[in-house]
Amino acid sequence: MKARVIITPKKAVLDPQGKTVQEAMAHMGYEGIGAVHVGKYIEVELAPGMDGAVAEARLHDACRKFLSNPVIEDYRLEILA
Amino acid sequence: MRFAILQFPASNCDQDCVHAARVLGHAARLVWHKDTSLGDADAVIVPGGFSYGDYLRCGAIARFSPVMQAVRAFAEEGGLVLGICNGFQILCESGLLPGALIRNRDLQFHCEQVYLRTANPNTPFTRCIPRDGLMRIPIAHGEGCYFADEATLGRLQAKGQVLWQYVDARGEATERANPNGSLLNIAGIANETFNVAGLMPHPDRASESVLGSTDGRYIFESMVATLEERRRAAA
Repeated sequence: MKARVIITPKKAVLDPQGKTVQEAMAHMGYEGIGAVHVGKYIEVELAPGMDGAVAEARLHDACRKFLSNPVIEDYRLEILA
Repeated sequence: MRFAILQFPASNCDQDCVHAARVLGHAARLVWHKDTSLGDADAVIVPGGFSYGDYLRCGAIARFSPVMQAVRAFAEEGGLVLGICNGFQILCESGLLPGALIRNRDLQFHCEQVYLRTANPNTPFTRCIPRDGLMRIPIAHGEGCYFADEATLGRLQAKGQVLWQYVDARGEATERANPNGSLLNIAGIANETFNVAGLMPHPDRASESVLGSTDGRYIFESMVATLEERRRAAA
């Protein structure tokens, strides 16, 4: 059992990395590329048999306090079977 | 005065801060990140570096160190806390200062001298800075772009919590003078009660003429003047 946390910069926050990647892709000739946002992917392994709801609650808590910074980032949490 | 200088794994300006405090004639002691007490410190400096390798986000892991709980308690009692560079990032991550520091606008690490204008000269961290001059102090960071949402920025400005801004040699806060893309050219801020402050530039690296500038001294001297005044008031 594991969980995935996907962290992205908030829309209002300057994302120079995303912008640079977007420009590089355009420069390489890829057409139709819009805004690119570079974030983080965190995979968390969970104890076998852990209750899904408990895992979700714990990880939301960790995401808000530690894994993401709500001032600058949004996160999405997925619990996988 | 007695300065406590925090030391995290991968702090690298801890000794610079100790040296700066001693050059100014004060006592300074390193406090390890696992310590739960600041001892008899009169003021705390959270120094620069790359605490915990900057993993996850700059300062994100350091803020949960045992010593940071002591710093929080110290700050809540009105103690003076100054965060420099990574120390500023740690104070923002810990919520002791508003906002966040993100990747420099041009993705480059900037190591250079900058000019700073003091936006509020009436604080425990700025009171000894000459009113009519700019400070010349070095920066050395890759993630020093100050960000806060509009409401927070509005409050910072309204309450005078913006302490220092990046400016050009004429004192203008231009885009060119902004090394990292910080909103409003912000180089340093204070909390609402003006006892916690942070800045990306390094006053510790501008505290002796042999280093090219002594302007950083004004910040430490401001803290000392504040502490001396408090001591006189308490006597």
